[in-house]
Amino acid sequence: MKTKTEIGYDSRIEGDVICTRLDAALNWFRKNSLWPMPMGLACCAIELMGTGASRYDISRFGAEVMRFSPRQSDVMIVAGTVTYKMALVVKRIYDQMAEPKYVIAMGACASTGGMYRSYSVLQGIDHLLPVDVYVAGCPPRPEALLDALMRLQRKVAKEPVIATLKKVA
Amino acid sequence: MAETRDIQFRDVAGQAAEAAQALAPANDAGEVELQGEKMVLNMGPSHPATHGVLRIVLELDGEIITKAVPEVGYLHRGDEKIAENMTYTQFIPYTDRLDYLAPLANNVAYALAVEKLLGIDKELTPRCRFIRVICVELARISSHLLGVGCYAMDVGAMTVFLHTFTEREKIHNLCESLSGARFTTSYTRIGGLSRDMPPGWMEACRQFLKEVVVNIDETETLLTRNRIFVDRTQGVGVISREDAIDYGLSGPNLRGSGVEHDLRKAQPYLVYDQLDFEVPVGSTGDSYDRYLVRIEEMRQSVRIVHQCLDKMPGGPINVADGKVVLPPKDRVLTRMEELIHHFLNVTQGINVPPGQIYFGHENPKGELGFYINSRGGGTPYRLKIRSPSFVNLSILQRLLPGHMMSDTVAILGSFDFVMGECDR
Amino acid sequence: MRAQQLAQQLKARFGDLLSEPAEFRGELTMQVVDPEKIADICRMAKEELKFDYLVDITSIDNYGEDPRFSVVYHLYGYEHRAYLRLQLSVSEETCQVPTVTTVWKTADWHEREIYDMMGIRFAGHPDLRRILMWEGYPHHPLRKDFPVTGKSTSVPGIAFTEAAPLAGGPFITVAGGKDAMAREPRGRLPETDSTESKGPSQQPLSTGH
Repeated sequence: MKTKTEIGYDSRIEGDVICTRLDAALNWFRKNSLWPMPMGLACCAIELMGTGASRYDISRFGAEVMRFSPRQSDVMIVAGTVTYKMALVVKRIYDQMAEPKYVIAMGACASTGGMYRSYSVLQGIDHLLPVDVYVAGCPPRPEALLDALMRLQRKVAKEPVIATLKKVA
Repeated sequence: MAETRDIQFRDVAGQAAEAAQALAPANDAGEVELQGEKMVLNMGPSHPATHGVLRIVLELDGEIITKAVPEVGYLHRGDEKIAENMTYTQFIPYTDRLDYLAPLANNVAYALAVEKLLGIDKELTPRCRFIRVICVELARISSHLLGVGCYAMDVGAMTVFLHTFTEREKIHNLCESLSGARFTTSYTRIGGLSRDMPPGWMEACRQFLKEVVVNIDETETLLTRNRIFVDRTQGVGVISREDAIDYGLSGPNLRGSGVEHDLRKAQPYLVYDQLDFEVPVGSTGDSYDRYLVRIEEMRQSVRIVHQCLDKMPGGPINVADGKVVLPPKDRVLTRMEELIHHFLNVTQGINVPPGQIYFGHENPKGELGFYINSRGGGTPYRLKIRSPSFVNLSILQRLLPGHMMSDTVAILGSFDFVMGECDR
Repeated sequence: MRAQQLAQQLKARFGDLLSEPAEFRGELTMQVVDPEKIADICRMAKEELKFDYLVDITSIDNYGEDPRFSVVYHLYGYEHRAYLRLQLSVSEETCQVPTVTTVWKTADWHEREIYDMMGIRFAGHPDLRRILMWEGYPHHPLRKDFPVTGKSTSVPGIAFTEAAPLAGGPFITVAGGKDAMAREPRGRLPETDSTESKGPSQQPLSTGH
C-alpha cells in the first residue's frame, strides 16, 4: 500500500522544527513564564517592586506578571518579615496555589527571622513552607532576587515532568 | 496660606438610603422595607491595594460600605521590646525598617531623639545638620514618589508607577554612595553621621534635583488633570478639619484637610529655621488634595535640598565628645583615652542620663515621634515609637462608611501608609 | 515660656490633683495624682487650654516598684505650639484607667495598643480589643517579666508562637559583673525570680549605672 504522507526531513519547513524531549520542552515553557505571587509583607516588598519596575525589569525573565491571586501564580516570593499573626495566612495562600509551585524566601527575615529575634516573628518561613531558593540580604538587592529567579529556573529545567504526571495518575 | 473653608461631609450612605426609601414600596404597616442583606467582605491582609498587610473587614450594603473595621498588627515585629534589649546605637538599623520607604528620615528622627535626651542637640556640627536635612528631604521625595506612583497604580494608571520608580532608583544610587546601602541606610550615628559625603556627591545630587523636577512635572501632566484620576479622587474620602485634628492625623493627610501644621515650621529643628520653604495646605480634605499636597511637598523638598547644597559648610560631621561618638580609628589604636572611650561606647553603649523625652519629627508620612524613658546607662528602659501611619489609619473606621466599595482603594492609596511603621 | 504658663493654669484649676510641672530638656511633665480624674483634666486641657492634639499615649512597666505601671499622655496645641506631658501611676491590682476616647477620638487605638502590650484596661473604652497581637494571645509582651524571645502559645487555626532562639545575641555588657557571664548576659532577661530564667548563671541586667 502506498501512502503519500511524507515522513522525516521536509525542506519546506526547515528551521521551524526542533527535536527535543517533551520534558525539556515543557520545562522550557514553565521556567520562562514563572508568574510570581508577590507575598509582600515588609521592606523586601519595596525591593520586589523595584525589581519589577523600570530599571531592573523582571519581565526579561518572564516573571513580570505579578498575580495577587494564588490560583494564577507559580512561585510565591515571600518578601519580608513573617509574623506569627501572618504565618497561617501565608500558609493558606500557599495551599491555594496550583501545582507545580515554588517558594522564594526573599531576605533575611523570610529565611531565618533575620534581625527580629522577638516574640512575634516566625523564625523563617521554612517552618511552614518548603522553600526552594533563599536570598540573603536585608533587603536583597534586585540583582540578588533576579539571581534567585534564575537559580529557580535552572531547578525547574531539571524537573521530570512526565514521570511525575504518571505517578499522580 | 490657602484659605480653608468648611466642607459638607459627603453622605453617600444617607443619599443611598433616601433613594432606596423613595423607590421601595411601603408595606401594609406603612413601614418602608429596605431590601437586601448586609454582606461582609474581608479585604486583606494580602491585597494589592492595602500596601502591605493591612486587613479591613467591610460590611457592605450592596456596594456601599456601612461599617469598616481595620485590623492591623500583621507586621508587628516587637521593635519596642527589642529596643529595651540593646544599646541606643544598636537600635539604629531597626529604625530603617519602620518606614521603609524613607529610612534616612527615620535615622535622623531617632538620632535627634537620643541627642535630645543626651542634651547635645545644640552641639551638633553645622555640616552634620545640613547633611541631615538633605537626607530627610531626599527621603521625603523618595517616599512621596512611591506614594504617588502606587496611588496612581491603585486607581488604574500603571505608567506613573514605572515613571516615578525611575527617579527613586536615582535616589537609591545617591543613598548607596552616601551610606553604603541603597535601601536600609543606617546612616546616622548618635551625635553625627556614619561618614561624610563622598567626593562628587553634591554634584550628583544637583544633577538628580534637575532631573526629578522634570519627572514631577511629567507625573503631574499624567495625573493632575487626568479625567479618570480626578473622577476617582475628587470628593472621595473627605476628612473635615475637625475630624483630622480629633483623630490626630499628621503629615500630608492632616495638611490636606487644611490644618497648617508642619513640625519643621512649628518646632524648628536642625537648620529648618534658616531655610526658605513653604508648607502646602489643601482646602477640601479629599483624596485629590492629599495627592496635590504630596506633589507640592516634593517641589518644596527640592528647594530645600538646593539651599542646603548651596550653604553647605565645611568642618567635622561629629560632635567632639568621645563619650558619644566613636573616636577616629587611628587615635583609638594609638592613645589610651580614645581606646577606653571606644571600648565603653561599643560594649556598654553611650551613657545616657535618666529622664524622659519626646521628640517629634516631620517624617514624609507624618509625625514620627520617639518617646524615650531612660534610667541611665546604655539601654533605654522604654522606647515608644509614635508612628504616623498607625494614627492615620485609625480614622478609616470613621471615614470609609458611606463610600462605595471601589472608593476604598482610592482612599487607602491617598493615605500613603506603611505597615512596617504602623505595626512596628 | 508658654508651656509653663499653661501648665500653671492647669495646676491652678486642679490644685492638688496635679504635681508641680517638672522640666527636663525643655519639656514639662505633670504627675496626675488621682488616675480617675485624667479624663476631666484632659477635657479641660483640650477645651480651655487649646491642647487640641493628643500626640500619643504610652505606658511604662516599672517592674518591682509599686505602683507598677505608668501611663503617659503627650498633649500639643496647634495654636500655642506647646507640648505638655501628663503622667499617672496605676497599681497592678487596679490596672485600670478611665478612657480619654471621650475627649479625643485618636485615643482609641492608642489605648487598645496599651491594653494589648501592657495589659492596662481602659474603663469606658468603646472597643477594647487586642490590636497588634491576635485575640486569644495570653501574654502582654511589653511587660518586663515577659522575655523578648517570647513564649510558645497556640490558638488553633488562628496563630501560634514559639520562643525565638537567641543564640549569641543581643549582646549587652553590664559593668561590674563578677564573671564573664554576668558581665555579658545574652540579652536582658525577664525581670522575674530566678526559677523562670533559662540560663544558670545569668543575672538580670541592672538598670542603673
